[in-house]
Amino acid sequence: MGGMQLAGANIRTRLGEALRDTGLTALIALLLFLPLVGFQTITDIRDVLILTTRWPLLFTLVGSIAGVRFIYVMALAPRLERGALRLPQRASATAASILRNWFIPFAVAFVIVYPMLVVLAAGFGGAVRWVDNFGIQILIYVMLGWGLNIVVGLAGLLDLGYVAFYAVGAYSYALLAKAFGLSFWILLPLAGTLASFWGILLGFPVLRLRGDYLAIVTLAFGEIIRLILINWVPVTNGYAGIGSIPRPTLFGIPFNADDNGFAAVFGLEFSPLYRVLFLYYVILALALVTCFFNVRLRRLPIGRAWEALREDEIACRSLGINTTNTKLTAFAMGAMFAGFAGSFFAARQGFISPESFTFLESATILSIVVLGGMGSQIGVAIAAVVMIGGTEIMRQLGFLKQIFGPTFDPTQYRMLLFGLAMVAIMRWRPRGLIATRAPSVFLKKRRHISVDLVTEGRG
Amino acid sequence: MTTRDGSTVLRVEHLTMRFGGLVAVDDLSFEVRRGTITALIGPNGAGKTTVFNCITGFYRPTEGRLALHRGDPAVWQALEALTDSGRRGVARPQGALFLLERMPDFLVAQQARVARTFQNIRLFAGMTVLENLLVAQHNPLMLASGYTVLGLLGLPPYAAAERAALDKARHWLDRFSLFDRADDPAGELPYGAQRRLEIARAMCTDPVLLCLDEPAAGLNPRESAELNELLLIIRDECAISMLLIEHDMSVVMNISDHVVVLDYGVKIADGAPEAVRNDPKVIGAYLGVGDEEVARVEAEVGL
Repeated sequence: MGGMQLAGANIRTRLGEALRDTGLTALIALLLFLPLVGFQTITDIRDVLILTTRWPLLFTLVGSIAGVRFIYVMALAPRLERGALRLPQRASATAASILRNWFIPFAVAFVIVYPMLVVLAAGFGGAVRWVDNFGIQILIYVMLGWGLNIVVGLAGLLDLGYVAFYAVGAYSYALLAKAFGLSFWILLPLAGTLASFWGILLGFPVLRLRGDYLAIVTLAFGEIIRLILINWVPVTNGYAGIGSIPRPTLFGIPFNADDNGFAAVFGLEFSPLYRVLFLYYVILALALVTCFFNVRLRRLPIGRAWEALREDEIACRSLGINTTNTKLTAFAMGAMFAGFAGSFFAARQGFISPESFTFLESATILSIVVLGGMGSQIGVAIAAVVMIGGTEIMRQLGFLKQIFGPTFDPTQYRMLLFGLAMVAIMRWRPRGLIATRAPSVFLKKRRHISVDLVTEGRG
Repeated sequence: MTTRDGSTVLRVEHLTMRFGGLVAVDDLSFEVRRGTITALIGPNGAGKTTVFNCITGFYRPTEGRLALHRGDPAVWQALEALTDSGRRGVARPQGALFLLERMPDFLVAQQARVARTFQNIRLFAGMTVLENLLVAQHNPLMLASGYTVLGLLGLPPYAAAERAALDKARHWLDRFSLFDRADDPAGELPYGAQRRLEIARAMCTDPVLLCLDEPAAGLNPRESAELNELLLIIRDECAISMLLIEHDMSVVMNISDHVVVLDYGVKIADGAPEAVRNDPKVIGAYLGVGDEEVARVEAEVGL
């Protein structure tokens, strides 16, 4: 009897608490979204700015946030509190190890058969969009993420201008292919070499800088490259960009509708899908090569020196490690993979302009590395899928227009999703999705190291 | 190979280090003999760590010559010619001679083979104990991996070199009783084990001269006694020379063959531990009084 009364009082206090909490959350959401979502400025035909309001959308947003908060406080929070006390440690550990053992082969097999699955599901015509927008786009960022991982994750050098090397690779391919008619397969390594040369060039002046100062200079370097691309009009064609860049061929067989094109040679009906499939497997191979290099380098003395450099530079010097060369190789290696990715990007798009190499790109790649867990291959890949796949999905959500009216454009909310993912990760997994470091060598048993012990690197 | 033939391994001459107006080390000269342990002691702020930083290349001395030698003592005769030539060192088949004041820190470790530990332990905390020892063997491994190219291809010479490196790491792990913790992150080790690991890591670089900056700091008396024993064994087995900074007098008096005392950057005594212990100047420096007052102060505090 007394117990039931107590439970009733308990629920009542919890309800009061939840209502108060929900009200506060709704208020904060309202204040935040009122200027962001509630008001909208539109330019009309006479070029006059008109302020319109979007009350239904605003109240839907605020209402759903308040609803989620209410459910969380009432139902989820007490359960989580109880759950936290008796968390089955061992079960989660074995589950993690099963996941670790089976995830990689499964993931590799999946990305290899992915285009075929898409063709089966969406047919020949519909598959192009899925392979191109999701497959190729995501794989480019996976590759960039793995490349930047060398610089940021392993060597601990915060690089905010990574997109500069991506641009160098893209423009190297575009300019050399147009000027000398060299093929993609010759220019790919050349673009990588040029990009790594620029990596070393950037590396030299910033060797003495650490942490925030290094980040600022690399940021500036990224902008310098972009401004050169804009202003060196005779070579780069400025804002207008470079068009009709030669596409890669399969041993000299182009992917077009001509008589000597891929479809005609193999007696198939012409479809743009063949080129997309070819490009998909090229970038998949490039990404896997990047991954292989990353995994291999970590187990070589240079990789261990990078990680040691991130942990303690002075100790490295006391052990006879030339920190200058070590840092420069990290910059050069990271830049090289960006160069490969850049030349692939130019070959795939057929058109490049400085617009593709803004700071936002650097920020996206860096956030993929940070969200994935610095130094973790799988984490970076997962983060790239979520971030790039997520923003691409927003493009496909046209049906939402029927709910929120024809002016609602889901692609404009991509950055909101981005921010949300960032906040969520920083709240629950501040060191990234994969927050353990696998040792590069072991005597008896490979024990994963909690990332709390690993230095983030201030160099 | 090298024995305790009494020849000099490190010769410090007229070492002076100024930071602006402050003279941290003033005209310091001493020698470290092969296969011996030399202790550098003195009150706080006497300039001991500055001397270390000069020897290991972390500081460039304002004045002075720091000559390090290995191999045949006859190579010492090249010292004056080397000094005049302006080069960093001479390496001949029978031995080598280096002027440390001309070398950047990583070359002091790599070529002259001077290893050091730090007063505040500097381990690679997020890497395992074994990885720490492999990082110490970076240069030979780097050479074996063909500066990464051969290693990437996974060619046999690198695999053999890596096995040898692991064997060496295993040897030192065993020596410092760290074998059971080889796969644990260095940052998780207890304090005493971290101190031992730092010395083990320095030993993995095959040093000619090992510089230990307060190896016994923070150790309990038992750990400290074990460390003493270990250092003596290493000295005798590897015929290595050691230079150590220490405040723990039990360590200094028990294991050092030679003691150099610094006070305000100036050398006030230099000799066998017994002689230094009874030197009124040294007692005065530690008590913070002039040497003519030592007897009075000693009577006062009941020594």
